[in-house]
Amino acid sequence: MNADVPVLELRGITKRFPNVVANESVDLDLRRGEIHALLGENGAGKSTLMNIVYGLYAPDEGEVLVRGKPVRIDSPRAAIELGIGMVHQHFMLIPVMTVAENIVLATEPTRGGVLLDTGAAARRVEELSRTFSFAIDPNTRVHDITVGQQQRVEILKALYRNADILILDEPTAVLTPQEAQELFAILGTLRREGISIIFISHKLNEVLEIADRVTVLRRGKKIETLRREGATEASLARLMVGREVLLRVDKQPAVPGEPLLKVDGLRVLDDRGLEAVKGVSFEVKAGEMVGIAGVDGNGQSELIDALTGLRRSAGGTVHLGDRPLQTASVRTILDSGVGHIPEDRHLRGLVLDFSLAENLALHEYRDPPDSRFGWLFPRSLVARARRLLKEFDVRGGEPQTLASSLSGGNQQKVVIAREVSRDPSVLIAAQPTRGLDVGAIEFVHRRLVEQRDAGKGVLLLSLEIEEILSLSDRVLVMYEGELVAELPPDVPEEELGIAMAGGGRQEEAA
Amino acid sequence: MEEGAIPSVAARLALYQRAGGVITPLLTVLFAFFVGGLVVLVTTGKNPLHTYQAIFNGTGLNWFFPWVTCSDPCTPATNLQYTLLLATPLMLTGLAVAFAFRCGLFNIGGQGQYLVGAVAAVMIGSSFADLSRWSHVALAVVVAAFAGAAWAGIAGFLKATVGAHEVITTIMLNWIAIWIATYLFEIGGPLQDPKQTGVPISETVAESAKLPVFWGDPLFQGLHVGLFIALGALVSYWIVLNRTTVGYEVRAVGFNPEAARYGGISVARSYVLAMAISGLFAGLAGAVDVLGWEYRLGVLDIQISQVGFIGIAVALLGRNTAVGVFFSAILFGALLNGTSTRNLDPEVFRPELASSLTLIIQGLVVLLVGADVLVIYLWQARRKLGLGRKRASVTT
Repeated sequence: MNADVPVLELRGITKRFPNVVANESVDLDLRRGEIHALLGENGAGKSTLMNIVYGLYAPDEGEVLVRGKPVRIDSPRAAIELGIGMVHQHFMLIPVMTVAENIVLATEPTRGGVLLDTGAAARRVEELSRTFSFAIDPNTRVHDITVGQQQRVEILKALYRNADILILDEPTAVLTPQEAQELFAILGTLRREGISIIFISHKLNEVLEIADRVTVLRRGKKIETLRREGATEASLARLMVGREVLLRVDKQPAVPGEPLLKVDGLRVLDDRGLEAVKGVSFEVKAGEMVGIAGVDGNGQSELIDALTGLRRSAGGTVHLGDRPLQTASVRTILDSGVGHIPEDRHLRGLVLDFSLAENLALHEYRDPPDSRFGWLFPRSLVARARRLLKEFDVRGGEPQTLASSLSGGNQQKVVIAREVSRDPSVLIAAQPTRGLDVGAIEFVHRRLVEQRDAGKGVLLLSLEIEEILSLSDRVLVMYEGELVAELPPDVPEEELGIAMAGGGRQEEAA
Repeated sequence: MEEGAIPSVAARLALYQRAGGVITPLLTVLFAFFVGGLVVLVTTGKNPLHTYQAIFNGTGLNWFFPWVTCSDPCTPATNLQYTLLLATPLMLTGLAVAFAFRCGLFNIGGQGQYLVGAVAAVMIGSSFADLSRWSHVALAVVVAAFAGAAWAGIAGFLKATVGAHEVITTIMLNWIAIWIATYLFEIGGPLQDPKQTGVPISETVAESAKLPVFWGDPLFQGLHVGLFIALGALVSYWIVLNRTTVGYEVRAVGFNPEAARYGGISVARSYVLAMAISGLFAGLAGAVDVLGWEYRLGVLDIQISQVGFIGIAVALLGRNTAVGVFFSAILFGALLNGTSTRNLDPEVFRPELASSLTLIIQGLVVLLVGADVLVIYLWQARRKLGLGRKRASVTT
């Protein structure tokens, strides 16, 4: 095969949905053995474009060429036959079946045409797994392996079906930073073996780390395809958003006032009854932002739950001003001036089947003017929503729109609008930018700093080292349920990383 | 989906949901009738359309079209009265299931709550004979409603405190209610009618506690004012859900209990309240049946009554909305009446088979409502095929 012919080429692809053009004459070429990043904000049309390649949508205009030949891909089956594999954000695995069984699904090797040849299946999976140095045991059940491993199973599934073009839809969205590194190592191996990869992402740093070339989409149009060399986060962000984006937060030094939130010796149990937070003490002062850094699962979630009343504490005290809150109900805590941007906006932050007006009233529906004597006044809810949606620049929604139909960034704006508009004295923000693109992240960061500057105490929990360092005035490091270090925000990332891995403690525990 | 970011798409989706909310139940019913028709055709060899026409005439719904079939204007009126008489408690038991649904609870206990309400109504109705008419009716209705609420509240309380699943507890409470009622009125039972010691039946409700009949024969199955109680309940259902803070909480808990808790709503309290309000509706159903036309409770009736269970189908088909419950209660009431033996000409369809036909259609409706995702899928697939495109079974 001629090495110069792109393995996959898209010419002038246009896809219209009612009232929206998702892709507008997009060109793209994928070379053999390259990792090609498809970069764009949420809603830029990345997934639509790749769903066309995978046969899930038919394009309205344009053509798809595979290895130089025009093809018509009208189903995923056709895509698979052409050697195209896709790994979706949400895995399509059957948890009770083994890795090997999942991989051979639909193309099972059989004995005598009926009996599943599990041995052969496992052997072939093991062989593949060795070729590409995946560390995976074909005989474990999928529900027993980590998310990162499940993703590898999905990749193996595509390779098992002889895919040499692999499409990964935001593969790192579900991974921890370590797992993401492991994924990048695997992608490197695949590239050396001649597999061509399209990598959908909205994260600039990982695109720069892994991709050979980058194609930027904005509002359905291709903006540019550029080589990784010479590209910077700032230049990519500008292409993606269409304006200059502040990647670093612009803020003045903090002017801390008196302590607002005082936590003393707080202990919290996790769902299994084990001590997840082991006697934590700290303060958040007025006009300061305190960051809690840590690797996921070191007790941060339990700490936030206890501070907000969602989980009972097992000991210690929490004070807001002079008011003890360690045994208070969620409502009491909210009413006494705590705002809470929860870690998971789908699980907690929003009632997705509620309208935006109803969601924005989640804390205040009980009080006038929203209601009197148990009687609800929807007009008041709608009026508030109209005001807040405008003030917080929520796009794509009217007060009556269901929360589920907004994009992730706009959903998060709704949550932030609700929490900030209550004018809390302490704002607890847990992973406030998770899954958001650069434009939305900038918005969230600016709002958090605004709150700090308005004299509120802000407690920020994030798994992103960069976010913690750029926003916080003080950084607390949480490791295995304890606060192991307090660092200034100008500490080098490596040092913070070491502290997060438990290196700050004077003991040999790993 | 990415495309959700555009307002018009969101609006379109909302519209589609509303449209789908009417279309799918209609398709469901049509399909159920179609399959029922096939059964008629295969098993009897008769033209199913004739059978359905006979059933339709039996429902009395032809009263609304007097110019089509009007041999004797009295018969459709009597039939319609009886259809509405059957539909009235179904509206209420339908609401009992629907309200709990809106809080994320599956109330299978409508039958038990209905019985508890009926027992309370018969007890109050057959005593206090010296009360004035309206105060006697009001007392019996209120006590019956609260009895139903308390009965369902037990399941809500157990769910809220120890996490006992409401499906299990409400089924258990059904049996407890059935056997307590049976015990009360069986021969020698503590509340059995002392005037007829050989019959397992309750005392008769006093004249002062009977709901007035406003259309038809006041002495035999005329339509009583309980219909207006049911209509009032439908309106209240909508108001409570959409215009009160309790309704807001119930819906929030029903959609996402974690988010509700995060918002400061007491999920446990909502469970108890939602079950109690559900039971209130079912208790009312028992009251209107007893005070409206049955006037007493017999052990046999207690054992074979299905009013509470049909309420599940009513709520499912009505998609837990007030309007939907109204129409599906009429549909099920009409089916019950239209296929009753007195209304079917043996020449057209053997009456003893007719009630089985009702059950077939009823079962299909429940089955298909559970599968309305499938209906939506087929609907979309049809549209895709119309565009000449294939859609894969893999979704994004």
